[in-house]
Amino acid sequence: MEGEHHCCFSIATMITIFLLMVVVRVAYVFYRTGKPLSSKSSDPRSTLIVLGSGGHTAEMINVLSVMPKDRFTPRFYIAAATDNMSLRKARVLEDSLVDGQNQDEKVPAEFMQIYRSREVGQSYITSIGTTLIAIVHALWLMIRTRPEVVLCNGPGTCVPLCVIAFLFKVVGIRWSSIFYVESIARVKKLSLSGLLLYKLRIADQFFVQWPQLQRKYPRSHYVGCLM
Amino acid sequence: MGWQCGLKLQMGEIEQKRKTVFVTVGTTLFDALVKAVDTEQVKHELQRRGYTHLLIQIGRGSYIPDKCEGEGGSLVVDYFTFSSSIAEHLRSASLVISHAGSGSIFETLRLGKPLIVVVNEDLMDNHQSELAEELAERKHLYCAHPQALLETIADMNLESLLPYPAGDAKPVINLINRFLGFPDD
Repeated sequence: MEGEHHCCFSIATMITIFLLMVVVRVAYVFYRTGKPLSSKSSDPRSTLIVLGSGGHTAEMINVLSVMPKDRFTPRFYIAAATDNMSLRKARVLEDSLVDGQNQDEKVPAEFMQIYRSREVGQSYITSIGTTLIAIVHALWLMIRTRPEVVLCNGPGTCVPLCVIAFLFKVVGIRWSSIFYVESIARVKKLSLSGLLLYKLRIADQFFVQWPQLQRKYPRSHYVGCLM
Repeated sequence: MGWQCGLKLQMGEIEQKRKTVFVTVGTTLFDALVKAVDTEQVKHELQRRGYTHLLIQIGRGSYIPDKCEGEGGSLVVDYFTFSSSIAEHLRSASLVISHAGSGSIFETLRLGKPLIVVVNEDLMDNHQSELAEELAERKHLYCAHPQALLETIADMNLESLLPYPAGDAKPVINLINRFLGFPDD
């Protein structure tokens, strides 16, 4: 009888200690988020680039065109499964890099598509199933790529990927730096994706393109217009 | 030979005098804009301001504007649904009247064309008007609602519009580089 009590007590203690460790670890990740990396190394970082669609992709392409490619290598591009245009634009950009260099060198870039949790007009009941599929798919892509840098600018597709990247930091699978650029179309208010990543403190650096938006969200960085 | 030359010269003169207003609704539809442009008052006002042609991209909209060959010196009106050469139409336009999508706005501004952005009030999440209003405040374009298009055309002063400076993504990359501890170039 007493032994059973003792056993229950020790299991409860172990669970408490485990939960405490999780809390401490999550707190540590939050503490480190937004703080620049201390290592001054010029080793290339594997980079995940999440392409939104239409205007979002156009802004991202502008960022990529001035990015020093040798530092952000290899590059993984992800776009929604319904959006063929974005990956095509990224391919054009990557091909233009090869043309300028050694033809034999393989482009250190990979292009992937991701299921969307909900298409426009889809019913809410079926979207529960598709959301689960989308999460599992996102998890699979993240386990495969394990990026050190996540670069995104909305809309919705990037949120689950950023959350998974954050969880990877907590679990210790991979430490990554998450960057979010809010769209130029957002002048007074953040988008839903932006608001989530800002408020949940998942993004390490959060960029906005209008000064009034920076004043409203003081942890963000004003970078001027990308377009 | 001489006759042909004269004809060419004449054609050239006509081309020079051609001033096209290009209207675009983007990848979906915006009937309220097409309807607003296709009124006698707006067409009359455009002609009074020296425009000769009106070309409307109507997208998936169900409202079909009246075509007009320009009989009796009136405005020549034509339309189409979609085209892969929107950039060409923008380039040859003297005035662009566009929906509020950021792609269309910046493409037009980069070409240095005078622009009136018409905000679609029927859109659920109407954050797009934010961008047009901000750029209008900075005098890069005019921003109007479909009902106020006529007034905007009547009152606009294209001379007062300021050119839009090209965007720059370097600040973003500099901050990312610094964050990751990459040495400065």
